[in-house]
Amino acid sequence: MTAEQDVITAPKAASAARHGDGLTREQLLSAYRQMKTIREFEERVHVENAAGAIPGFTHLYCGQEAVAVGACEHLSDADYIISTHRGHGHCIAKGCDVVGMMKEIHGRRDGLNGGKGGSMHIADIGKGMLGANGIVGAGQPIAVGAAIACKLRGEGRIAASFTGDGASNQGTVFEAMNMAVVLQLPKVFVFENNGYSEHTGASYGIGCEDIVKRIEGFGIPVWQADGFDFFSVYEAMGKALEVSRNGGGPTAIYCETIRYFGHFEGDPQNYRAKDEVQRYRAEKDCLVNFRARMEADGGLTAAELDAVDREVGALIERAVQEARNAPRPRAEDLLTNVYDNY
Amino acid sequence: MPKKSMREAINEALHLEMARDPSVIVLGEDVSGGAGGTSGQRDAAGGVFGLTKGLLPKFGEHRVIDTPISESAIIGAANGAALAGLRPVAEIMFSDFIGVCFDQILNQAAKFRYMFNGAKAPLVVRMTVGAGRSAAAQHSQSMHALLSAIPGIKVVMPSNAYDAKGLLLQAIRDDDPVIFLEHKMLYNDTCEVPDGDYTIPFGEGVLVREGEHATVVATGQLVKLATGVVDRLAAEGVRCDLIDPRTTSPLDEELILESVRETGRLVVVDEAPPRCGFAADVAALAAREAFASLRAPVATVTPPHTPVPFAPELEREYLPDAARVERAIRSVIAH
Repeated sequence: MTAEQDVITAPKAASAARHGDGLTREQLLSAYRQMKTIREFEERVHVENAAGAIPGFTHLYCGQEAVAVGACEHLSDADYIISTHRGHGHCIAKGCDVVGMMKEIHGRRDGLNGGKGGSMHIADIGKGMLGANGIVGAGQPIAVGAAIACKLRGEGRIAASFTGDGASNQGTVFEAMNMAVVLQLPKVFVFENNGYSEHTGASYGIGCEDIVKRIEGFGIPVWQADGFDFFSVYEAMGKALEVSRNGGGPTAIYCETIRYFGHFEGDPQNYRAKDEVQRYRAEKDCLVNFRARMEADGGLTAAELDAVDREVGALIERAVQEARNAPRPRAEDLLTNVYDNY
Repeated sequence: MPKKSMREAINEALHLEMARDPSVIVLGEDVSGGAGGTSGQRDAAGGVFGLTKGLLPKFGEHRVIDTPISESAIIGAANGAALAGLRPVAEIMFSDFIGVCFDQILNQAAKFRYMFNGAKAPLVVRMTVGAGRSAAAQHSQSMHALLSAIPGIKVVMPSNAYDAKGLLLQAIRDDDPVIFLEHKMLYNDTCEVPDGDYTIPFGEGVLVREGEHATVVATGQLVKLATGVVDRLAAEGVRCDLIDPRTTSPLDEELILESVRETGRLVVVDEAPPRCGFAADVAALAAREAFASLRAPVATVTPPHTPVPFAPELEREYLPDAARVERAIRSVIAH
């Protein structure tokens, strides 16, 4: 099976056709706004990166928006998530300040992390966002720890980790799944298979060719969702949370999706068929899907969605302008925040 | 004042701090022990060396957490719990096992504050270090030099029970990630240890002995060894400053330099491997900051650049001994 076939085959959805019934207008607007914000943010970072405005390595989340937003729309600042090297989408979905993020990615002094983290390390502890992470598979054990804190406090909070198909082969993820089961932690493992582990098809590295079976093998109940469909992910995450928030131990959701850009910005993507991304953008795009659903349901009007588009476009434009004009770090910043005291 | 072993002192510090601060948790392999066993007895181990004994019955399973043998998940969990506002004390049975979970120390704990705009991750990782029990090359290493080379974490290395208690209480209250290294040959050593609460600040070494002829810096179990040598030499009129830095990161550079400026002679006795090691670091410090005061080349007494051997004869050969320390002191004085 090629990676492409692996992904295009629609996964078994959490339930048929009508996901997400009962969402309020505000919830629908919020979901769309978040997905659109991620999309615009990433498309713009792609452009700014190509123009040479962004230092370092950048990995874009475009195409996967339904997963981050479908999962995080259930969460509050009191819940924790941990992300991956492809983390912008998770950060935005969890409520990180978009302007602060853009400044951070530009390496500016008043960026969300003071210009010392960059694209791969955006975090906002106050928002329950425990960090994007440059080490593949490092986040899952950290989320286990956050879940230990949630369990100890007994307030119904949870920790969620995002794990790509590549990270799903890391021993740290196995350790985290097992420990979460052993300790019966309020932890949701969100697996998002975007078809490629760097420059290699996902199916190549997953020996048993089935991440879901692996998750089940650890004794973790898993709900599958369509990673191109916000409503499907939202519903699966809701079911997982119903268990994990109420003392039922760890759960998982599994989504297949696709990234629209390369592994990193500048990746020539020689491993992909020429029309692959085009085809997904035309046939499976989560924002197009969402609009079509709204049109069919009448949940939100085209005018309302257009207004969100304009609002998001203005926000991203402002973020870039502010990032460009933001002060650069000073030499003395090199030595700050190494220790509390030393 | 009551005499206590280092094992008792550390155990007492854990009891005190868990009682004082409900955000302190302890996690690791067999920290309680017995779960899933056929006897039905919990707290069956209390840590493989008995350091966490009695915590489970007192503080319960939510705060005293037996983990699977999963070092990456243990340290990762400590990291996440710390970011989420707890003060976890994780145990790695043998410091050698950091090979399994090094990412969580090197790339995670050490980097949070710097990369996450001052985020606080107040975790402690306790681990045993050191040779002397024929535990061979995967259970005997001294990791303080390697760990002290990582910006963002602090490295603590008590040489006696009194310091161990005060330093551990400080470590748990400290807002930075702290690696707490317990030399397994010191667990049964006793000294006077007060019952109550006290902390010892990091980066403050202690002048164990005073003398004008040479400066001896020693760490961990070698403080005891060096004390014996220095006392013997004092009886024949050769008097040395003996400094126990207590923490290798931060390091009390001033205490060492002040002494070297007085004596002009420096011997460093350390159990870490010599290449890019702690002894080399202190020697470089003296060369850099006190060159004009030095009246002899700096002498270092360390193991050779080999793994720790198994056979008792070889392990004795590996470790710095009193004869080598004495020769080194005499050589810098004779120069």
